[in-house]
Amino acid sequence: MIQIKNINKSFGDLHVLKDFSADFQRGKVNLIIGQSGSGKSVMTKCIVGLMEVDNGSILYEGEDFSVMSNKERKEIRKEIGMLFQGSALFDSLTVEENVMFPLKMFTNMSKKEMLDRVNFCLDRVNLSGRNKLFPSECSGGMQKRIAIARAIAMKPKYLFCDEPNSGLDPSTSIVVDNLIKEITYEYDMTTIVITHDMNSVIEIGDNILFLYKGMNWWTGTKEEIIKTDNQEINDFVYASQFMKNLKEKLKQEF
Amino acid sequence: MNYIHSIGKYFNMLRSVFARPERLKIYYTRTLTEIETIGLNSIGIVAILSVFMGAVISLQTASNMDSPFLPKYTIGYITRSSTILEFSPTIISLILAGKVGSNIASEIGTMKVTEQIDALEIMGVNSLSFLVLPKVIAAVFFFPFLIIISMGLSILGGYFALMSANLASHDEYIYGIRAFFEMGDIYYALTKTAFFAFIIVTVSSFFGYFTKGGALDVGKSSTQAVVWSSICILLMNFVLTQLLLF
Repeated sequence: MIQIKNINKSFGDLHVLKDFSADFQRGKVNLIIGQSGSGKSVMTKCIVGLMEVDNGSILYEGEDFSVMSNKERKEIRKEIGMLFQGSALFDSLTVEENVMFPLKMFTNMSKKEMLDRVNFCLDRVNLSGRNKLFPSECSGGMQKRIAIARAIAMKPKYLFCDEPNSGLDPSTSIVVDNLIKEITYEYDMTTIVITHDMNSVIEIGDNILFLYKGMNWWTGTKEEIIKTDNQEINDFVYASQFMKNLKEKLKQEF
Repeated sequence: MNYIHSIGKYFNMLRSVFARPERLKIYYTRTLTEIETIGLNSIGIVAILSVFMGAVISLQTASNMDSPFLPKYTIGYITRSSTILEFSPTIISLILAGKVGSNIASEIGTMKVTEQIDALEIMGVNSLSFLVLPKVIAAVFFFPFLIIISMGLSILGGYFALMSANLASHDEYIYGIRAFFEMGDIYYALTKTAFFAFIIVTVSSFFGYFTKGGALDVGKSSTQAVVWSSICILLMNFVLTQLLLF
């Protein structure tokens, strides 16, 4: 479980995160939605330690990450898998080498054990036999799945996904979404997904957090987001007439 | 103020670069790869430049020797001395700052803007040490070899130029090359080269690592890396010459 308590983050005069608090539960897909510039990516970078918060606490299983030494942070980071918006695969390495990279760096596994794990992870994301391809030879959807395979190679306790559907067609988005959902339950991970994709909200969101102007504006389930009368959420989620009509239909269903 | 901030940031970066590596075996493999990328792949350009550099030095020396009292072997002597003391270590290092420096800055800069460095950090890898240390070791170890090759080829270039223009005899040139030779000159040149190699890699990595933005900014970082590496080389050349020769 990850708990965020009253964190603030500013860049000069720009106050991006304002007294932000949230709980992200284990074994659940925790979705963060919000408009562009609302502070979603900054918040994720603060949680994983790529940015320092101005004040407040970030607790991993009760341990305060923001006051940890570099060595302690490194240990936590070995339990984190992250799927970046642009996949962030190492372009000089093959698919196999990308997935094997964390195993090589942090485990004492033999070459055969590592290969077995790589093949298992690639099989898990339906990319068996693509070991020798380079990232540049793979499609956007494949790159996302390779990044997921790399993220789960070390059997992480925490998974962060920064807009996993960006740049993907609807059917590939569903494949990636389902994969994230399945591996969250399979590995009992604390998964945090930043998304703009409303399909993801309905498909995989166990807990949903709406970030608005750097604040935790609303928290609830996918059933609750459909029924809510919160003006800001409705303006964001049901921006188009099509979505407004869909909301009415869904309201009747739930 | 900005410059002081950048210098501080550079030395902070060096502290992370020389932090204890996570996996020595991986660093060893990466160092060998870097020797190939920034060392072996530079042999061609170094060879071409050195031959023509030596040829021009010897021709210019010959053309400026008007006095009949100056012996012809002086051409060989001046070609050797200027090549070993200055042209090979400094000029070739400046060329390498252009070739290797821009390569390093754009490689690391691209990794930065495509979040590959963030990915390394999230995994718990010291990205600076992982990316820069093997390059530093490879360059400091291999650049002196490049300079030795450059010295040899430069002197050879001078020989062929003189012979083809019939400006001195074979014996005169060889005698000049061997005259008043001091091994200390070679040590001086190689020491300078090792410092220059360190500057090229670390300064270029600095500009690459702190790139922000996109493709355009990677290009800017690459240019800045070459400009500042060259300036630092020239400054260090002056300091080292003072320290080592006087």
